[in-house]
This record gives sequence, structure tokens and C-alpha cells, in this order.
Amino acid sequence: MSEAREFKHIGQRTIRPDGFDKVTGKANYGADLSLPGMIWGAILRSPHAHANITKLDVSRAEANPDVLAIATFEDFPSVNAAAQRDGTQRDGMMDTACNILANQKVLYHGHAVAAIAARSEAAAIAALDLIDIEYEVLRPVLSIDDAISAQAPILHETMMTQGLAEPATKASNISARMELKKGDIEAGFAAADVIVERAYDTPTVHQGYIEPHATTVVFNENGPSMIWCPTQGHFDVRARVAQLLNLELGQIKVVASEIGGGFGGKTTVYLEPVALILSRKSGRPVKMEMSRGDVFRASGPASASQSLIKVGAKMDGTITAMQATLHYEAGAFQGSPMGPGCMTVFTPYDVENLYVEGFDVVVNKPKVAAYRAPGAPQSEFAAEMAVNELAKKIGMDPIEFRLKNAAKEGTQTIYGPKLKVVGLEACLEAAKASPHYNAPIPENVGRGLAAGFWFNIGGQSSVIINLNPDGTGTIIEGSPDIGGSRASMQMMAAEILGVAPSSLNPIVADTEHVAYNQTTGGSRTTFATGMAVVEAAEDIVEQLKARAAAMWNVTAEQVDFKDGVAHNLTGEDQLTLADICASAEKTGGQISGRANINARGAGPSFAVHICDIKVDKETGKTDVVRYTAIQDAGKAIHPSYVEGQFQGGAVQGIGWALNEEYVYSKDGIMENAGFLDYRIPLASDLPEIEAIIVEVPNSFHPFGVRGVGETGIIPPLAAVGTAVAEAIGQPISSLPCSPPKILKLLMSAQ
Amino acid sequence: MKSHISTTINGDPVEFLCDPSQTLLNVLRNDLGMTGTKEGCGSGDCGACSVLFDGELVCACLVLGVEAQGAEIETVEGVATHDQLHVIQEKFLEHAALQCGICTPGLIVSTKALLEENPSPTEEEARYFLAGNLCRCTGYDKIIKAVMDAAATMRQGA
Ligand code: FES
Ligand code: FES
Repeated sequence: MSEAREFKHIGQRTIRPDGFDKVTGKANYGADLSLPGMIWGAILRSPHAHANITKLDVSRAEANPDVLAIATFEDFPSVNAAAQRDGTQRDGMMDTACNILANQKVLYHGHAVAAIAARSEAAAIAALDLIDIEYEVLRPVLSIDDAISAQAPILHETMMTQGLAEPATKASNISARMELKKGDIEAGFAAADVIVERAYDTPTVHQGYIEPHATTVVFNENGPSMIWCPTQGHFDVRARVAQLLNLELGQIKVVASEIGGGFGGKTTVYLEPVALILSRKSGRPVKMEMSRGDVFRASGPASASQSLIKVGAKMDGTITAMQATLHYEAGAFQGSPMGPGCMTVFTPYDVENLYVEGFDVVVNKPKVAAYRAPGAPQSEFAAEMAVNELAKKIGMDPIEFRLKNAAKEGTQTIYGPKLKVVGLEACLEAAKASPHYNAPIPENVGRGLAAGFWFNIGGQSSVIINLNPDGTGTIIEGSPDIGGSRASMQMMAAEILGVAPSSLNPIVADTEHVAYNQTTGGSRTTFATGMAVVEAAEDIVEQLKARAAAMWNVTAEQVDFKDGVAHNLTGEDQLTLADICASAEKTGGQISGRANINARGAGPSFAVHICDIKVDKETGKTDVVRYTAIQDAGKAIHPSYVEGQFQGGAVQGIGWALNEEYVYSKDGIMENAGFLDYRIPLASDLPEIEAIIVEVPNSFHPFGVRGVGETGIIPPLAAVGTAVAEAIGQPISSLPCSPPKILKLLMSAQ
Repeated sequence: MKSHISTTINGDPVEFLCDPSQTLLNVLRNDLGMTGTKEGCGSGDCGACSVLFDGELVCACLVLGVEAQGAEIETVEGVATHDQLHVIQEKFLEHAALQCGICTPGLIVSTKALLEENPSPTEEEARYFLAGNLCRCTGYDKIIKAVMDAAATMRQGA
């Protein structure tokens, strides 16, 4: 994409098509569907963090007349309990099964053990007391240090560390190790004039979507069963439920309800398979909802981490070597985002010599789920803090230091490809020019700046566009809309078809009405599904030309289509899109466009954030007094929703850096499983979040789009951390920067 | 034993039977099918269930259904008139003050309460008044801009 293009709709701030329903309360979310004859499911959860189940007897519950069905782990037909215990079956699907209904062992406080369906929600909850269960309590493992120590109880007797130089010989809480390298790390440090080496840690945090998980299902023996749920990927829900319950994909229809936030946390299944088992057994529609406490205790969260970072540079500011050792908590089952954490940690820098080692560690906490740029906030926090410290030691401005070492087109990444055209330098220049960076730092305020990198992904998307006889139309897509993406789809299709965006109604279809779509995640929707929308619209344009040609008795090559109007190149005739649709009956039937693609060429998005923080030296309380988020969008289709992604990501990162953390008792009981004690940022905690959109187009997308959803959560951790460090004159190495921690640092300095 | 309750919701007389322990939120959503009012926590911490109860802003999850006897309740479903959106709703759309939208019904009702009480709030007053309404998606920036713009527009109209 070379020269700037003129757009009619792209770049405008239209009203989102789903907006009216959302401001009037008409939009239906996960918990909003009830069906005739519906009953309610409830889940019995472990009161212990780590225990063997020595007795599980549901006979008293079964005998209760209110109880219509009971589900336990034994109800997963495809999963062999014995094989799981002896280690011959140990895969992701087995872990999913054991996570949603425990198999003889509970691995975290709140771990689901059994489910009951009854005529009312209250009756289902009351009947849980009738389940006779006994535990042999084991010592919980609650931190990385504890988990990897020689004395630690082993969570999974069959777990052998993968990725070691020598094959592991005994079970461990480290499920995997990975290593990435580039150049000669020893030589790199030998060439450095100054070296910073520091250990950092980040807490367990939750995605914190306001809508709890919920589902309503109907099992149907003779046709597709129906699952209604808020999910980022209804096709993935279908696949997982099919696998767990031994069904074919065609036997399940998943309807993605409106979704009340996900941030990566709604990319897996918890309630859906359980509800379907209960529905199958009872012959009734079943509804299940998690309480907020359940959401905290048994869904999400994001990995706690420990990072050891070493960075060396010459006095002229050239970074010569960067090294990281990264540990990620996976929760009760393997599979933290260690991989992307290792891959992203140093990607903002074009440095010769790199070495990264990562470890995936199981602990007695809920199995982690993706959270916005999974793995990157933790590792890039540590790297950016060390980079800022190094810049300060050398006496260089943090922007100049980064510009000197910035990743750019051609930079060899540690994980494989060379970067294509990217916008880090453009973001740094925008930061340098920003009003915020040029404003003097007020008294008692610290200023921090940090960069962030996230890959973004493409993948499979399928779209159908149907035109109506009057020229209006429907865009049928299959990417659940978590932040306004239907508006972008409408605008992109309108741009190609030359019609008003509002004449095209975008809908997120269920799994039966559109072909497979990958989960909404990896910031892929506007890029990949957007590309499919464009291709489906182009498919329509070709058909419109052919239809007009038929009406004019010319060939399709003799027809041009521009701004919604077909032109007869052999004469003066014109037909609008609506004219052609009105005559479709006579030219071959109605008009639909279609695209099924596997989108390649996702463009990474870089960001730079600037944060000013005031610290109350008496109490350790922190206040964000000014904040600016700068990010490369490639092309902003709907600038308001792009800014919204920057702002929302920034504020989640601010919460992560300042307040949020899981608090466990020594027995592994989560002590703050509610919004009162797990404090996400409030309106009154924050200033305006200034958003600056940088546009360095991604040549692989027809309009230049890069995904924007995730990168914004990465820079705040170190921007905030550095601002606090500046304000108190002490290094920060541990998040969150909560008042007690800050106070301790202030006191130790006196 | 269920109680028979007569109340007014969005101007309509409504009767329902409810268990003494049932919350107003539960009655609205599960018995009356009024799912516009959302549940984010059930403990008064998120504001997704905000409704007006005799003109007072309350969390419907902290009010019992039986308390609705003889009361006037306004929910998000009553904010627009027919298909004519309230200025607050229009401004939320114009400013893109929602992403997922689950917090939106609560915020619309809370903003209405704010502007009825204080037609000219400062930005800081708006931020403090709305501190009980959690939004995880937007970072509040566009919500506050929508609220301030709605206030200004309503003052002009008044
Ligand atoms: S549901 Fe009532 S305050 Fe959260
Ligand atoms: S828009 Fe999603 S919680 Fe506010």
C-alpha cells in the first residue's frame, strides 16, 4: 500500500449497528435466554486448593425429587479416567475435562467436582449439600518458587518436563521448558559498557469481564443440540463439546450470544459441556450461570510470572545483548502463555545477541486462560523496566534510547521471521511530539514510558453477503463481536459496494449458518474477517457487473462499477446497485457474495505509552494524573473503536500495575474473589486516556489494517512501574504497586 | 410461601409472585423477562443492575422483590420513549462509549440519576458519581465524554 487512499466510509465515526439494542437493554447476552420447561444447573466446587477426593456419593442427591440430573467426571464418554491417572492419556482435551469436572483430585479452590440440575436455581444450589464428598487434603503449591523447589508436592504424578536437554526422569511441576536464541550472548555482554540485571514479578490477575460465564442448552437426540453462550469462539465451543461428549460437529449448534467482555477469557469451555450432559440426562433445557466468586475462583485468570532480565549497552546507547529467564504459572494444568511471552519479550529491539529461556509451571490455582496479548505483558514489563533503568544509567532519554535500538523492517526476530514494515519508530516519534511528553513533569510526579509489541494473527474466516431486491443487504459473519467489530465490517463492505453502511446489516451467525471461523482472538477480526468481508463484497461487484452487462447486452468487461453505480463503457447507461438488485429476478436470480479464506500477513502492532503518576508519600497511594496511549493501527477503520481498544487496554494494564492481584491464604483459599476486594479501576481512579492513532499500513490487508485489540495492555505495566519508580526514587521490581508495597519501599529508603 | 406484589415498572402496573429471599434483580430478569438490567456480581459492587427505585439509584441485586410493593421502578427498558432514544443513549452511541455493552444499561440509568440530581456536573463529579458502575472495556474515557456531552445537550434543551 503506497500512496494514501481516499475513502468514503473507512475512517468515519459511524453509529454501530448493534448500538440501539445495547443502549436500550434489548441485546441478549449469555444469561438472558430462558426457554419453556427450562431447569437450572449448579456446581459443587472444592473448598480446598489441593486434595484427593476419597469419597463422592451422589445417591442422596439423586433421591431428591427436585433433582432431575447429576453430572460428574464419569459422564465424559470420550475421556478415560484410568488412562488419565496412569499417564497414558494426557492431552489438552483431558485437561479440559478434568478442569471442568475434577477427576478424583481437586487442584484449586473452586475446582468443579459435580453438577446438579433441578427445577429452580435455588433448589439446585440447595441440593448440592446432598452430595456426600470427602477429601484427603494435600499441601497446596501457590508460587513458582514453591512449585519448583525440591520439597514441593507434585500436582500431576505423570508430568515430565518437556524441552530439557536430557529427557526428564521424574515427575515435576515444570511442564515444559523452551529456549530461543540469536547471536552470541556472552560476546554481547562482553561488549557492553553498562549492564542492568534485575528480577521482576507480576501477580495472578483476572480478565475481569463484567459478564459472568453463563449458558442455556438443549440436548436433542434427533437433531442438533443447541448451546447458547457468550464466547469469543462458538466454533471452538462446538469442537470442544463434541470431543468431550463424543458427538459429531453436525450434532451441535452453538449460538454466540452478545458477549459482555472476554479479553481472551471466553475462549474455552467451563459450563457448556456440563450443561449439555445435564440436559441430555433430564430431557430438559438447562441454564447455568457462574457467580462472580466462581468467575474469579474457577475461570480466567492470567499467569503470575517471575522474570530475570539482563540487558547490556555501550555508552553510545547501542544495546549489545539481552537475556531473559521467564517463569509463568499455568495454574492447575499445563499451558501458560510462556511461548508468546518468550517470543515477544525483546521484539521491540533490533539487537544482535539475545537469549531467552522459559518455564511453564503448574500451581494450585485455576488453569490460566488467555488475557489480551497472552504472556506479553509479563515479559515485556520486565524487559521495558530494565531498558528504562539502563537508559537512565547511560543518561539517555528513553525515547532516544529506544529509537537507537528500535525494531524495524528487516529486523531478525528471535522467533523466526524478519519483521515487515512496522510502526515502532513512528510511534516513538509520535510520543516525542506528543503534548504529554513535552509537558513539564509536575512536582511530586513521576513519568514513565514504555513500548509494547504483539504479533496479531490472521486465520480462517468465512463471510456471506446477501443482497435484497431493494439493494439493502445482510453481512453474515462468524466472528463474535467483542468490541464493535460489526461496525467495521459494515464500513468495509460499504466502501467496496459504494452504498451507505447502514444499508448493510452485519450479523454474527451461529455455527450452522456460516462456515467455520476461528475464535475472536489474536486481534484477528478486523484484519481477517474484514478481509473476508472485502472479498465477499468484491465477489458481489463482479456479479453486479455481469448482471448489468446482461441488462445492457454487453460483456462484463464493458462494465465498470464505481461508488455503487455500474457504468456501461460502450455508452452512457448507468445502473445503481439497487437497480441491479431490483432486476435480479430477470438476470439470473438473487445476488450473494461469499468468501472463505485463511488470511495470511497479519501485521504486528507496536505501541508506546506515557504515564504520569503522583504518589502520596504518607500512604503509598498512587494516582495516575496523565496518560497517553500511542499505537500503530495500520489503518483505523472506525477510529472511535480503535481508540477504545487503546484506552481499554491501557486501563486494564494500569489496574494490573497498580491494584489487581489474587490474594490467597496459606491454605490456598482465594480471599478476594469479588469486585470489592479485587479492585479493577473505577471511573474515579482515572484521568482522561489520550489516544493517538499512528497509521503505518499493513500491505497484506486491502485497507492496511493491523489488529489493535491486544498490544495496548502491554506498555502500561512498565510505563506505570517506571513512573512510580521515578516518583519515589526507588527501583520497582514487583507488581502491583499497591500502597502497602510502596509504603514499605518508602520506609526502607529512610 | 410466595408474596403477591403490586408495583409499577416503567409506568406500567405490574404484579408478580415472589419468594421472600428473591432479589428485585432476580424477579426482573427471571420472572418478568426484563433482561435489560444486567447482573455482574450480585453483591452491589459492579452497578450493572442499576435501576431507579422511587427515583433513587439502587442496585437491584441488593433490593428484595417484596420491597417493590407500591414502588415506582424505572429500568433501562424505560429510558427511551418508543423508538426515540434519550439524549444519554444517543450520546453513548455517538461517543462510542460502549464496547461489549454489558455495563451500558447500568451506566445509562446511573447517568440519568446523576443528571437529574446535578445537571451541570464537573468531569470529576461525574467520575465520582459513576464510580459504582464498573466498565472493563472502555477505560471510561468515552463514557465520561458521552456523559458530559449529554449533560450539555440536556441543559440546552431545558
Ligand atoms: S449485579 Fe448488582 S451491583 Fe453487580
Ligand atoms: S463496555 Fe464492556 S464492560 Fe463496559
